[in-house]
Amino acid sequence: MITFKRDKKEEEDGGGNPFQNLEKTTVLQEARTFNNTPVNPRKCAHILTKILYLLNQGEQLGTTEATEAFFAMTKLFQSRDVILRRLVYLGIKELSSLAEDVIIVTSSLTKDMTGKEDLYRAAAIRALCTITDSSMLAAIERYMKQAIIDRSPAVSSAALVSSLHLTSVSSDVARRWANEAQEALNCDNVMVQYHALGVLYQARKADKHAVIKLVAKLMRTSPKSPYAACMLIRMAYKLLDEVDEGEELIGFIESCLRHKSEMVVYEAAHALVNLGRSGAREIGPAISVLQLFCGSPKPALRFAAVRTLNKVAMSHPAAVTACNLDLENLITDSNRSIATLAITTLLKTGAESSVDRLMKQIATFVSEISDEFKVVVVQAIRALCQKFPRKHAVLMNFLSAMLRDEGGLEYKAAIADTIIAVMEGNAEAKEAGLAHLCEFIEDCEHISLAVRILHLLGQEGPTSKQPSRYIRFIYNRVILESASVRAAAVTALARFAAACPPLLPNVLVLLSRCQLDSDDEVRDRAAYYCTILQQQNDPTILPLIQPPLLSIPTLGRALKNYMETPMEDSFDISQIPPAQTVEEPAQVEVHTTIKQPRLTREESFIEKLSQIPQLAKIIQDTSLLKSTPVFELTESETEYNVKCIKHTFPEYLILQFDCVNTLSDQLLEDVVVAVEPPESYSIVCVVPCPRLSYNEPGTTYTVLKYPKDLEASLVTIPTTLRFMARDCDPTTGIPDAEQGYHDEYMLEDLEITIADQIRGVGNRGMDFNTVWDTYAAKGYAKLGETFSLGESVTSLEGAIQSLTEFLGLEAVERSNKVQSGAAAHILLLSGVFRGGKEILARARLALSGTQVTMQLSVLCQDREVVDLIVSSVG
Amino acid sequence: MAILDNDGNRILAKYYDKNVFPTSKEQKTFEKNLFSKTHRANAEIIMLDGLTCVYRSSVDLFFYVMGSSHENELILMSVLNCLYDSVTSILRRNVEKRTVLDSLDIVMLAMDEICDGGIILDADATSVVQRVALRTDDIPLGEQTVAQVLQSAKEQLKWSLLK
Repeated sequence: MITFKRDKKEEEDGGGNPFQNLEKTTVLQEARTFNNTPVNPRKCAHILTKILYLLNQGEQLGTTEATEAFFAMTKLFQSRDVILRRLVYLGIKELSSLAEDVIIVTSSLTKDMTGKEDLYRAAAIRALCTITDSSMLAAIERYMKQAIIDRSPAVSSAALVSSLHLTSVSSDVARRWANEAQEALNCDNVMVQYHALGVLYQARKADKHAVIKLVAKLMRTSPKSPYAACMLIRMAYKLLDEVDEGEELIGFIESCLRHKSEMVVYEAAHALVNLGRSGAREIGPAISVLQLFCGSPKPALRFAAVRTLNKVAMSHPAAVTACNLDLENLITDSNRSIATLAITTLLKTGAESSVDRLMKQIATFVSEISDEFKVVVVQAIRALCQKFPRKHAVLMNFLSAMLRDEGGLEYKAAIADTIIAVMEGNAEAKEAGLAHLCEFIEDCEHISLAVRILHLLGQEGPTSKQPSRYIRFIYNRVILESASVRAAAVTALARFAAACPPLLPNVLVLLSRCQLDSDDEVRDRAAYYCTILQQQNDPTILPLIQPPLLSIPTLGRALKNYMETPMEDSFDISQIPPAQTVEEPAQVEVHTTIKQPRLTREESFIEKLSQIPQLAKIIQDTSLLKSTPVFELTESETEYNVKCIKHTFPEYLILQFDCVNTLSDQLLEDVVVAVEPPESYSIVCVVPCPRLSYNEPGTTYTVLKYPKDLEASLVTIPTTLRFMARDCDPTTGIPDAEQGYHDEYMLEDLEITIADQIRGVGNRGMDFNTVWDTYAAKGYAKLGETFSLGESVTSLEGAIQSLTEFLGLEAVERSNKVQSGAAAHILLLSGVFRGGKEILARARLALSGTQVTMQLSVLCQDREVVDLIVSSVG
Repeated sequence: MAILDNDGNRILAKYYDKNVFPTSKEQKTFEKNLFSKTHRANAEIIMLDGLTCVYRSSVDLFFYVMGSSHENELILMSVLNCLYDSVTSILRRNVEKRTVLDSLDIVMLAMDEICDGGIILDADATSVVQRVALRTDDIPLGEQTVAQVLQSAKEQLKWSLLK
């Protein structure tokens, strides 16, 4: 009676879950029952279910436990009970990864798999394949081949799927069984067709032409199974991505839009839309299909359609406009995901007038959707801000409201990014944006974000109309936040003081308070800035408030060199031109093709160059000014591939030639790129590449000395690849015994431009005009001239781009952004010429019609540099 | 693929990709998270942690099928429908936690028949049921006759006595 009562109670508690209070050890104890003969199928099935349930709940079995259970289980092969047998298969699969010696059941499984009972066979094959390793593969191969072409679809499917899994064990399984799979492909059963296609694709994956042939063949018959059709579409899509032609493939995908299964239709539409090169004509039919789906009663279908449309809206907004009406209907969809996607799509395609309404709509449920979708919304708003700059007020308000909501770091960072981007693109939005961000950091739990915003405030705040109002926000951080935020706040404060002299006394008071901070870093910073700010009379000291990012290895080298001098002058970092010490990773990264996680591009090159003994001598006591982007001296499809990178040092120019030999039957030795410079240049040394085998990149270097006369440094140099060629066996790469022969290969001309010799130094935290005036007062050489730019330049943006590219200088104070519709613009440029000569340039651009005229003035300590720049522009 | 109960606890779950949620702890957190997002609104589809999840509920059970976000949503849906329909017919239309637990062995077999190592093995509920329904007389595909109900009741009784 008592037990009955307890049972009843448990039933109410646990919803009658008979498996609720299972203990691993008890269940494993019970598994001993398996050893009894004759086997009691019901009881054993129940116990086996318990074991499986435990495993499924994430219970971990030790190796011994698993092995014991496994062996007990093998006893159950004696029973003829069908369910029990099937459960045993399941158990084998689950335990195969845990237990040892699982191979023992192979013979039992093989027997089942070739037996008469169809119900056993399929499952036995699958169980067998999970325990098979590469050594046993040969033993079961014959059975597997038979099973693939078996009449029963279940057996055939099982064998095909298993062979797919086996490819991870032994990669050529699929290829060996391809013939059988080919036969299975003709089977009537839809699933068998699908699995056979999978195996065939696996077999030919590596060979593009074989895949093309396979797809072409199947395209004509068009498989019955929707899954196989989907798979075929994916294969076609992948091929279209890789090969250039493929009208037929596109035709096939388009014909799938009329397939009777929705699944295939969607897959086809999805593929068409995502195809990188499809134009409006190709995606037209796909869009109209998706439009139909938007009205479907099934949420999954609507979701799929809207998600795809949302993606297309980025690339082809015009094509999606046709669906606007249907999307409007989805805004109120009960599935929030669908509604959000619909709204963001509309935001991307919609007109300016509808923005307000859509924003209001989305505001009503933004709190209900998941973070991932919020990020999607934020990105849509960002795109919108660029499209309709006039709407920034509405959008900004919305963003700030979102900032106040709950959300993860990623989401908040996306919003902050958007606000910053809007501020950069639109000067009117700056004040409002800064105000929103200030409010946000008042209550921001993400340290990294707070630090970033403080940095931005320090940069932008001082130039706003009322710098003083931001001081309070920043100082609040100093009082309330953690150490890293406090340190960032101190830096921001110092910038305000440096840029706005009226605020200086007040900020000094605040900074002196920070000197009592408990954290070392904060105290250090405060002390440093206080000292600098107190010597307020010199405008050139301002850059020190925002010290340029020094690259540690280069600084180290500079200091070491200084130690070797008699040390009569003091090592003053502000006097040393930044070219020799400064490396700004952010600026350089823009051209970087190989991303180095820690080192900048220049640093990694220096590292590489100094490992070559001949070069190390030359570069050891100078520093690298600039490495140019990669420049190709050959077409990409030729026998030999040569790329060039120019490394400029104050005195020398190192040409790095990266060569690749694309002929498999040739081995090149003693490879050199012969350069024939004009007399003004002298060749210092040449480092040949001793051996260049097929498809392995090799590098050769040539060191040139720059001429004294700057004018003569701009030259065009003819180059030739010279080498000793030896024929070799294409497969092994071993050269033939006979002597090689000398050969040469013409390369394109190499140009040494002015941009090679100048490194742009953007935004160093200085006020351009102040520095300009100071330098002019110091008697730097200055030259101005007016040019009218050629026909290729028809807009201000174009002019800015070609000028910065040509001169290698970098724009400061964001002067490379032109207000839209402006007819005149002032571009401020700064950089360093080799040898550490600072250059400032100011270009006044004016647009009349499509003709751009430019008045360029250049300032530098060296007369020759100024002449060179001005004359080369002309 | 997962079946959860109405508190978001796992009844059965199977993950085929070792790279997504490698430990059972991560799996369970994901399930909890998924459950909390889906148990109220009956919206059929949701994106979570970079996965597309389709789901369906019945009395006190939730059926889920998850796939990568690049996967065709309709294929996932067809798998879910197959899972749901086969379970329904295995349990003779009484899709509840209790009945699932009672025939857990068969449901396990059904899940195994639907998907093998991440590849769809079969998406047709009838054939799945055929392959697992070993007591063929026991699981009718259409409506049951009175006699059959009686028969199965007897069977059940025998079962509980045997235990």
